[in-house]
Amino acid sequence: MVGPKKIKLPLSSEDVAGLKVGDLVLLSGNIVSGRDRMHKYLVEKRPAPDDIPFNLSGAVIYHCGPVIKKVDDNYMVIAAGPTTSMRVEMYEAAVIREYGIKGIIGKGGMSGNTLRALQETGCVYFNTIGGAAVYLADRIKKILDVWKLDEFGPTEAMWLFEVDEFPAIVTMDAHGNNMHRDIEELSLRKFSELTR
Amino acid sequence: MLKLRDGIVELYKKVATSIPPDIEEALKSAYKNEISGSVAGSSLGIILENINLARKTVRPVCQDTGIPVFFVRVPAGLSHVELKKSFVEATRIATERIPLRANAVDIITEKNSGDNTGTGFPVIYFEEVQGGTLTIDLMLKGGGCENAGRIYKLPAEELNAQRDLDGVRKCVIDTVQKAQGRGCPPYVLGVGVGGSVDQVAVLAKRQLLCKLTDTNRIGELVKIEERLLREINQLGIGPLGLGGESTAIGVKIGVNHRHPASYFVDVSVSCWATRRGRLIW
Repeated sequence: MVGPKKIKLPLSSEDVAGLKVGDLVLLSGNIVSGRDRMHKYLVEKRPAPDDIPFNLSGAVIYHCGPVIKKVDDNYMVIAAGPTTSMRVEMYEAAVIREYGIKGIIGKGGMSGNTLRALQETGCVYFNTIGGAAVYLADRIKKILDVWKLDEFGPTEAMWLFEVDEFPAIVTMDAHGNNMHRDIEELSLRKFSELTR
Repeated sequence: MLKLRDGIVELYKKVATSIPPDIEEALKSAYKNEISGSVAGSSLGIILENINLARKTVRPVCQDTGIPVFFVRVPAGLSHVELKKSFVEATRIATERIPLRANAVDIITEKNSGDNTGTGFPVIYFEEVQGGTLTIDLMLKGGGCENAGRIYKLPAEELNAQRDLDGVRKCVIDTVQKAQGRGCPPYVLGVGVGGSVDQVAVLAKRQLLCKLTDTNRIGELVKIEERLLREINQLGIGPLGLGGESTAIGVKIGVNHRHPASYFVDVSVSCWATRRGRLIW
């Protein structure tokens, strides 16, 4: 097996185009967290870019609700694995198009609408390791900023993280491939045999 | 009851920051079964490293420290009201101290209570027992895998599932097939079969307290559990749902008597980070 591709964020259009389903990657640079409530807010309220304290254009969104500890005036990331991406399927295509998102990190994969948006805009979905929360928290080097902390709380807020060699696998690419769909189709065939 | 409260805080800490030995052993076997260097193999490698790291640094194994579920066996004469107070207080302290992620959200206001307590939160099931021992089982049940659970009413024509144990088998495979990688496999499946909806849901969850090394007392169920484990692992979903040999590490089935008209099957899915522990008082 080929070793992982080391990628510096932000992702360029060339980076995205060059990534294919099955590629192992180590991501370094800035990512933002965002899960259920943030996706609903972004799509329902459509906040203007000026209202968001950091630039989402070209950003990578990590589906994650971390455990954060406040020590004096500083925040520490204690645990930060991915959450199930399918719960934001109804919002993700709009978020990608509206805000110019170039990468998604999550777990479990997503569906048709998101896949189409990835293909049309040049964006990629990375699957990281569900439950490996301590291991992944240690890949987060710094908290740079946070948005909506008071209103949404630490789990649902948008955190701006600096990560170093954050491991993931490309499972949905900008060329219309979806590894989750392929595995599901194979397992469905086996399922039919087993339950005939 | 100050001491009991502290005991429960310690139980929280143990359950949130470590994985029970039987689960860890099963994950190690799963790791050995996967092709070295494959996505499944490397993912399980990182999962095992994560378990070690969490234990050593006393941090939660998963950022989703779940919905706390207590199964309590209470000797006669001990007040449930007083016990509940200790559980709630221990939950508040554990949330701040370990820390746990605050997971209790008000349906009306959408406000997170911030301390894992609220209406029906944590979940507590009391059962009175003979003898003088208070036994407290705590499970921290992640939301991702809880969402992957399903309930069935047999017969289910779309599954060709009749009202018999083979019908139950089809329900369990269906749940895993539909869950794919979304609930963090390799899974442990708790199954409850019986005649009322509320009862089978709790029964299914209660099965997740069984050690993987326990043997079901009912011979017919042992056979189905073994067959299910074998068949689920033929689905090819694998760790993370990205393909591989290990989709489940355990299946545990519990049964109740049922009404002649009703045949409910509840399947509770638990992620690889199955977190449970016991305090005997």
